[in-house]
Amino acid sequence: MSSNSLPIPDAIDSAKPTSGEARLLETLHECVITVDHKRLGIMYIVAGLIFLLLGGLEAVIIRIQLLLPHAQFVSPEVFNRMFTMHGTTMIFFVIMLILFGFGVYLVPLMIGARDMAFPRLNAWGFWMSTFGGLLLYFSFVGGDGLYGAGTAPDVGWWAYAPLTARAFSPGHSTDYWTVALLVSGFGSVAIGVNLVATILSMRCPRMTLARMPLLCWLYLVMGALLLFTITPLTAAQVMLMVDRYLGGHFFDTQAGGSAVLWMHFFWIFGHPEVYVLVLPAFGFVSEIVPVFSRKPIFGYPIMVAATVGIGFISLSVWAHHIFAMGMASYSNAFFVLTTMAIAVPTGIKIFNWLGTMWGGKIRYELPMLFCVAFLFQFLIAGLTGIMLGSAPFNWQLNNSYFVVAHFHYVIVGGILFAILGAFYYWYPKVTGRFLNQTLGLWNFWLLLIGFHLTFDFMHFAGILGMVRRIYTYEPGRGWEFWNVVIGVGTLFQVLGLSCFTFNLVWSYFHGRPADRDPWDGWTLEWATASPPPEYNFSVLPEVRSARPLWDLKHPEDPDWKYQ
Amino acid sequence: MFCLIAAESAIFVIFLVAYIFYIGKSLSGPTPRQVLEIPIFNTVCLLLSSLTIHLAVRSLQRGSSAAFKLFWFLTLALGTIFLFGTGREWHRLIYGAGLTISTNLFGTTYYSLVGLHAFHVVAGLLGLAIVMLLALATKVTKEHAEHVDVFSLYWHFVDVVWVVVFTTVYVVGR
Repeated sequence: MSSNSLPIPDAIDSAKPTSGEARLLETLHECVITVDHKRLGIMYIVAGLIFLLLGGLEAVIIRIQLLLPHAQFVSPEVFNRMFTMHGTTMIFFVIMLILFGFGVYLVPLMIGARDMAFPRLNAWGFWMSTFGGLLLYFSFVGGDGLYGAGTAPDVGWWAYAPLTARAFSPGHSTDYWTVALLVSGFGSVAIGVNLVATILSMRCPRMTLARMPLLCWLYLVMGALLLFTITPLTAAQVMLMVDRYLGGHFFDTQAGGSAVLWMHFFWIFGHPEVYVLVLPAFGFVSEIVPVFSRKPIFGYPIMVAATVGIGFISLSVWAHHIFAMGMASYSNAFFVLTTMAIAVPTGIKIFNWLGTMWGGKIRYELPMLFCVAFLFQFLIAGLTGIMLGSAPFNWQLNNSYFVVAHFHYVIVGGILFAILGAFYYWYPKVTGRFLNQTLGLWNFWLLLIGFHLTFDFMHFAGILGMVRRIYTYEPGRGWEFWNVVIGVGTLFQVLGLSCFTFNLVWSYFHGRPADRDPWDGWTLEWATASPPPEYNFSVLPEVRSARPLWDLKHPEDPDWKYQ
Repeated sequence: MFCLIAAESAIFVIFLVAYIFYIGKSLSGPTPRQVLEIPIFNTVCLLLSSLTIHLAVRSLQRGSSAAFKLFWFLTLALGTIFLFGTGREWHRLIYGAGLTISTNLFGTTYYSLVGLHAFHVVAGLLGLAIVMLLALATKVTKEHAEHVDVFSLYWHFVDVVWVVVFTTVYVVGR
């Protein structure tokens, strides 16, 4: 070795691993130490997809158990664990992780920034959220405690008191649930802080708030909501820990405590959480629909106002989850009215998306297909939401499969479809390759059919009186047929999502190559290479309107002339 | 920092709501009126520390390092006195009045609310101590004024929360 190769930078370069194993190790090492928003975004999404597999498996077990009356596919204890884990996983570790991933990946690109405002906080948030999920699943191994009493948490995803008290939930399973949500909650707050700070202070020159892509507005409101929604849950979890470990009496009715307080605290978190999940989905639709209708978004300022309105109102509707608990009639009236009120800004959004499509030159590419399905399904989800939001109707159907059908309509029919649309839209940007069209169509139609078979007919089962979370049921109640249909629908959904997963992996290696702007888009992320280089932009286009790339491509008819 | 403070406020609001909701709902003694004494000296110390940290930041912005160190040390000292005072109060409550976190609802809510605040004081004191050490090593100069200013926001927040907690626990709740 000559003395010239001794300086450190050279030494590292010459040591670049060549064998497969060494390269893998280096990639893994980079994943652990990275603070790059693009890599972290992908890691978020991959972690979310792995948890989706687990949560999906639990859903399949639930449906097999309920396929036929008096079935005994799993024991009642296992069934309780399955629906608890399914709910907790899907909300906290699938949808949230995937949405955070899209957020930290897209927001800096869309506002023309080099990275998030706090890159290291970003990495910290990822690891906290993911470790929270791992902790939750470790309960299968370690939840036993000294008592031999149950492994995974089995108290339902909302964990009502006093079921979570020491006496009714021995062992450590509930503690795993609590700690997992505490830890991932810290991660979520970190992401919230980071998103708000990034969007408010890292925008490129001349990108005013009114010129931001709508997706950034939606992530801004989502980030702010995270600060106020996750923290009540954190506080409530701390109280639960005090009760369980220090002998406190917060939720202990025998010492004057109140189980109702937990319900309020949980839903003060729980309802805004729905909007934390749905706002980014609105953001995806607001980006995809205009590009594939070849028209700018209809009513941009109104969309922003509706977003902020949803953010505020969503903090005051929580008690519509607990009408059946029996509140004073004026409280009922208040929460009915706020629940109805939040339908207004949401309706405005739906009309604006329709207005964007109206008269547009619509290209039914895959992302657009998912968005159109989103529009229909989210509308129905909203309508059943209004039905359930009226207290008398709610008393009749509370805790039935009608409620299950409603919120799955929101989360699967709305949020999941929008997320899949986003995958098909931004995959070329992230990897430089398109997702396969044929597999994508199979994914779309199988999932669409499966979704409607499953969740449309859950409404009927609910109206016929089928209660949620029951382990099994007697024949002769008129539920058998619907449960078989729901089970068949689940099979279709599994097939559809398998196509999607396979497509993600296959297209990464064999997909059709995409250039920097495959959809003829208008926002800044399409101005850089696919996949974007580590520094994001070498030259930023001038931002003079909400569609900087349109101005660049059509200098004869730029947007800023009309603003 | 403002975002963090917003999130922290939400946590405190939930604990305050629980405290207020449970005022007078304990099934057994001791009640707040029997055992709580108003910690005037403690409160004055903590509020003064807000003033001293403000003066410290101002001195750093003017570039006067010695004044910064003096006022920063005073803040640290006043915060420590507050924490010590809380510790003495808890010692008296536990061993004198027999009130623990599992005695009754008042104990549960009192210790968790005041404890949550004390936890934030501890976090703040750790931060203050780190900056103090850096300042003694002459690593804190005028160009760090903005960072120090942002940190002082946290300490002001801890003080403001104490005003609310104090009002709730020692004035309204008694």
